[in-house]
Amino acid sequence: MSASSQATNGQNKIAEPLGFDLFVYRVKKYFGRLDPYLTLLGIFLWLFTYWVLCEGLQLWRFTKLPGPVAVSKDWFSTTPFQGISIFTAEYYEHIAVSCRRILIAFALATGLGVPLGLFMGWSRSIRDYIFPLIEVLRPIPILAWVPLSILLLPGFEWPVLFLATLASFFVTTLNAMLGVDSIDEEYFRAAGCLGSSRWDVFKNVVVPGALPFIFTGLQISIGVAWFSLVAAEMVSGDLGLGYLIVDAYMNNVTVPMVIAMITLGFIGYFSSALVRMLGNKLMAWHVKELNQQGR
Amino acid sequence: MEMLERPGALSIKNVTKVYDPEGVNVKAVDNCSMEIEGGEVCMIVGPSGCGKTTLLNAIAGFHSITEGSIHLDNKLLCGPEKPIAPQGADRMVVFQHGALFPWKTLQENVAYGPTVQKTLGAKEAMNKAGDMLAEAGLGNFVTRYPGEVSSGMARRAEIVRALINDPKVLLLDEPYRAMDALTKQIMHEALLETYDRTGVTIFFITHDLEEAIFLGDKVHIVTTRPCQLKKTVEVKIPRPRSYETQSSEDFRKLLVEVNEAVHEEAVKAFQAGERELA
Repeated sequence: MSASSQATNGQNKIAEPLGFDLFVYRVKKYFGRLDPYLTLLGIFLWLFTYWVLCEGLQLWRFTKLPGPVAVSKDWFSTTPFQGISIFTAEYYEHIAVSCRRILIAFALATGLGVPLGLFMGWSRSIRDYIFPLIEVLRPIPILAWVPLSILLLPGFEWPVLFLATLASFFVTTLNAMLGVDSIDEEYFRAAGCLGSSRWDVFKNVVVPGALPFIFTGLQISIGVAWFSLVAAEMVSGDLGLGYLIVDAYMNNVTVPMVIAMITLGFIGYFSSALVRMLGNKLMAWHVKELNQQGR
Repeated sequence: MEMLERPGALSIKNVTKVYDPEGVNVKAVDNCSMEIEGGEVCMIVGPSGCGKTTLLNAIAGFHSITEGSIHLDNKLLCGPEKPIAPQGADRMVVFQHGALFPWKTLQENVAYGPTVQKTLGAKEAMNKAGDMLAEAGLGNFVTRYPGEVSSGMARRAEIVRALINDPKVLLLDEPYRAMDALTKQIMHEALLETYDRTGVTIFFITHDLEEAIFLGDKVHIVTTRPCQLKKTVEVKIPRPRSYETQSSEDFRKLLVEVNEAVHEEAVKAFQAGERELA
């Protein structure tokens, strides 16, 4: 074989797929494995059990619940029997209201909690001031705050926002603080050696070093935000998915109740996935490190 | 008249360090004195947990000392009135487990020092960092994160991160401890090459006797805790040295000499069940 043909052989290696080809390749690879089929089987089994209990065998007590057939009939109907479907504006209004509240509550909790947690981790005296207080307030269940928030804040919107913010604020603050604690002392020493000011250390060691913990905290905190938002909407609300659930229950229409529950599940899932994606984008170094370890 | 000396002379005089964990006084370093000339490669050898790292921490300014004083080029770092030395870029530490910032690329890591000290603008710092990494054979890895390169490369980048600040002293705390013998060999040659080029004073803590003799101008053997200077062995093997040096007769003789001194201490340390302090 001549030298020139060897060179062309070198160039003729299989081209890396890009763009659409890459997408097709990934889809193919994904469905070539067992995992998606197990997932589908799991969903099927779950739905089947639900159907058997409610509609198949119509067991005692389960007759009160709408089965999967009844729910999906209404959910995808242009003229829903019990008032809520993907074709009614009301459905989207409830979703929009809840999402807007989550957005505000999550932004507030993150905007206040992350800096506070970082400063608490960074400065001994700030921690001494604030940490004991937070540790006492944190275990108070969010429902126990309901009366106080209604007394304190005007209207429907403010108490609901306050309650949804409060729970995730504690989670975010604590995780940011623990994130700073988790940073190896040697990084601080290295930063000191290299001539950093205290502010340089905060920007270049404290913040990025705590980021993995912060994003773990944010994933939990957005879940907690949904949890407390719905609780708040059930107690004191005029709109929103939590309100829809209670309202449906009070009016003895069970299908919208189930629709709202499932909708909450999906939106909650997507919101934490979104937070995770944002985290991975901001922490390329962390993702690559984990990849190197085969995780 | 004084001779013109190379910078980076360390003078450690009667240093004592007492730790006080839970009210029990532990003497880590006891009346330890050492003179290290500017541009010297000074190897500190001693059993585990003997207080070598305490000494390094005192020089770097991570810990206070209880008694004695440390001078760098006749300027006081720490002493009776000033128990803890200020941290500064004239003494750069390369850590035992490596302390490159995992959230910065190798180039960003190296550029960090000059950037925060404002000796260079951000852009010049990045350019210089890239050049220096390329010089150290890491030109293809400048955009990688430390977690993506081998431990040998990471350690080399860490030394570059130290050298870009033009330190007077390089403090290394068992930097090659976790490496296999072959990688270690390569790291040694790279460090010697760096030393021959820069002539920076090197304060190097190690357990590895062959490493100590191969790299050092002087090998200081210290006792088990509390740490005191036991013996100094001068290594008069000419530079530049290569791995073949290690099979020479002189090398073997020095190894026996150092080994005799350190073995006794290692036995004492083992019997005392010493473990490392912070």
